[in-house]
Amino acid sequence: MAEGKASMDELGQVFEQQFRGKPRSPMGDALREFKRNKVAVGSLVFIAVVGFLALFAPLFTPYGYNVQNTAYARAKPMTPYVITTDKYEQCHWKGTPLDFGCTVYILGADGLGRDILSRVVYGARVSLLVAIIGSSVSLIIGTFYGVISGYFGGKVDELMMRIVDFLYALPVLVIIIIMTVYFKALARSGATGFAGFLIDLDQAMGGLLFMFIAIGALSWLGMARQARGQILAHKKKEYVEAARSIGAGSSRIIFKHLLPNIIGPLLVLESLAIPGYIGLEAFLSFIGLGVNPPTPSWGIMISEGYLGIKSNPHLVLVPGTALTLLTLAFNFMGDGIRDAIDPRIHGR
Amino acid sequence: MTRYIIRRFLVSIPVLFAIVLFTFAVVHALPGGPFSNVGEKAMPEQIRLIMERRYGLDKPIYIQFWNYLVMLAHGDLGPLMRMPSQTVNDIVYQTWPVSIQLGTLSVLLAFTIGIPAGILAALRRNTWVDYTATFTAVLGVSINNIVLGPLLILVFGVWLKWFPIAFWGAEPPWILGFLPKPTLNFWWHAVLPVVTLGTAMSATIARLTRASLLEVMMSDYIRTARAKGLKERTVIIRHALKNSLIPVATILGPLLAGVLTGTFVVEQIFALHGMGRQFIMSIEQREYFLLSSLTLLYSVMLVLGNLMVDIMYAWLDPRIRYD
Repeated sequence: MAEGKASMDELGQVFEQQFRGKPRSPMGDALREFKRNKVAVGSLVFIAVVGFLALFAPLFTPYGYNVQNTAYARAKPMTPYVITTDKYEQCHWKGTPLDFGCTVYILGADGLGRDILSRVVYGARVSLLVAIIGSSVSLIIGTFYGVISGYFGGKVDELMMRIVDFLYALPVLVIIIIMTVYFKALARSGATGFAGFLIDLDQAMGGLLFMFIAIGALSWLGMARQARGQILAHKKKEYVEAARSIGAGSSRIIFKHLLPNIIGPLLVLESLAIPGYIGLEAFLSFIGLGVNPPTPSWGIMISEGYLGIKSNPHLVLVPGTALTLLTLAFNFMGDGIRDAIDPRIHGR
Repeated sequence: MTRYIIRRFLVSIPVLFAIVLFTFAVVHALPGGPFSNVGEKAMPEQIRLIMERRYGLDKPIYIQFWNYLVMLAHGDLGPLMRMPSQTVNDIVYQTWPVSIQLGTLSVLLAFTIGIPAGILAALRRNTWVDYTATFTAVLGVSINNIVLGPLLILVFGVWLKWFPIAFWGAEPPWILGFLPKPTLNFWWHAVLPVVTLGTAMSATIARLTRASLLEVMMSDYIRTARAKGLKERTVIIRHALKNSLIPVATILGPLLAGVLTGTFVVEQIFALHGMGRQFIMSIEQREYFLLSSLTLLYSVMLVLGNLMVDIMYAWLDPRIRYD
């Protein structure tokens, strides 16, 4: 009996811990779980640092991304940059530390003599923007579409899901390529009215706008399906019925009750999709359909450099390393978010 | 099952039609035509009109579309307007097999590496084997083709000089219309492009296999099998493996799309005369027929591929057929 009493005491202690403290929310649990994952937190810090560098790029880059100095075309990493001959003596690096007042192409220069370090830092802007825009567009449109389809059901659902099925069957990449080509050709030939406005905006953004439209237009499909499935799983549950019984309207049920419950799996799906957006941008820029030169993007830098990889490997290796590290960080972060939010499907 | 296949097949027909229509419309809406310039110079107006009439480009767009459909129905993918000595069919015969060979070899490589690696990692869970495999797989997923290709060229082509750095080791005429002559030269040239394309895929498959097998190993029927006193070996091989491979089959759909993207890049990097490179070139030159027909071919491949995946999935998991 003494044994039984002791375990009752233990149970009491557990109760104390559980219910006397702050209430635990699913998101709080997920956050705690995420914080325990050192790799994921490290990746998040890395992404934050890259984001900070990209945002304040002018402060961290020695030259602008489009400052050409053809005398230093394809300069190797750590080549000192000197303007006058008397400074040359002072600045030329003979294996000794450089004097102050000398500047250096730390990561070398590209074929037009543009500093690679500056271009890589500015290039991070494009990759991160694509990650942010791609994921938010797909999350917002996809969730909205899926929730409406799943919640109202019936004929609406039937029609909306047929449309998604149809779009799903299209070869997305080929369509994106053709759309981008169309936008770009339109931009070259000039247009007026709304199209002209879009083209001007795109030019101002260095060709990013059309790529966002192309990526965003087709990335929401998977999200819509997932959101609909989640809604279907939740809308018959007791808490929804309870809310309805006290007179809550559709919008209140959707926003106050359903969305907070289904958002977790959607966030997981979205975070796992981000590396794909970054890869797609790099791919499009690589084949010449992404951002317009001279806007620096890692994909463009690689495509400019890979033909001369034998003599100047740094032209590819520097942006390539940047692209790989950022993708790696987003992958680790996505895995971390998945493990934290949805312990059921994690791989540990 | 037959009904399911027929239904799925019928659904893909309007999809393909819509794709042809869409591509045709966009391609013809592109500013500038195949005869708007000769090299850097503008084509004289008279000659341009004559050339356009020769290929029926002066007719209304819906008549052009109808003519194109009739042509397709006869198995004719169209003429090449800037290179009249060849047709689109010739180009497809020369380049499609290269892309198919590249893609197929990469997928084979991906499965032969990915599945065993995933199984091994799951069975040796939380050991150094698992950690190595998992980390390598994340790295493999994260490294883009446009980075891996040049990197492999640099290391194995330029520095070590083990493999050739460009070109495909086989050319037409193909055996049976699409197979290469399996010479040493062919395999030699295939290594780097196939590894470039296959790495990300095998990493994806390994991750998926590992996660899936781990989940299966925790399920009730595995516990029952163990409780019966079966050897661990039998439990894994006879009971766990088959079910754990079902989710891996779902990856085949996205994988096909990935192979397609990959061939575009890999053909560009290794200068292979494949269809992806041809596709990108045809955009710049406004070769209406080539561009439309290649888009159609890609769509047919993807739609049929997805169909095959769905059928296989329905066969593996009978619940799906009755949705």
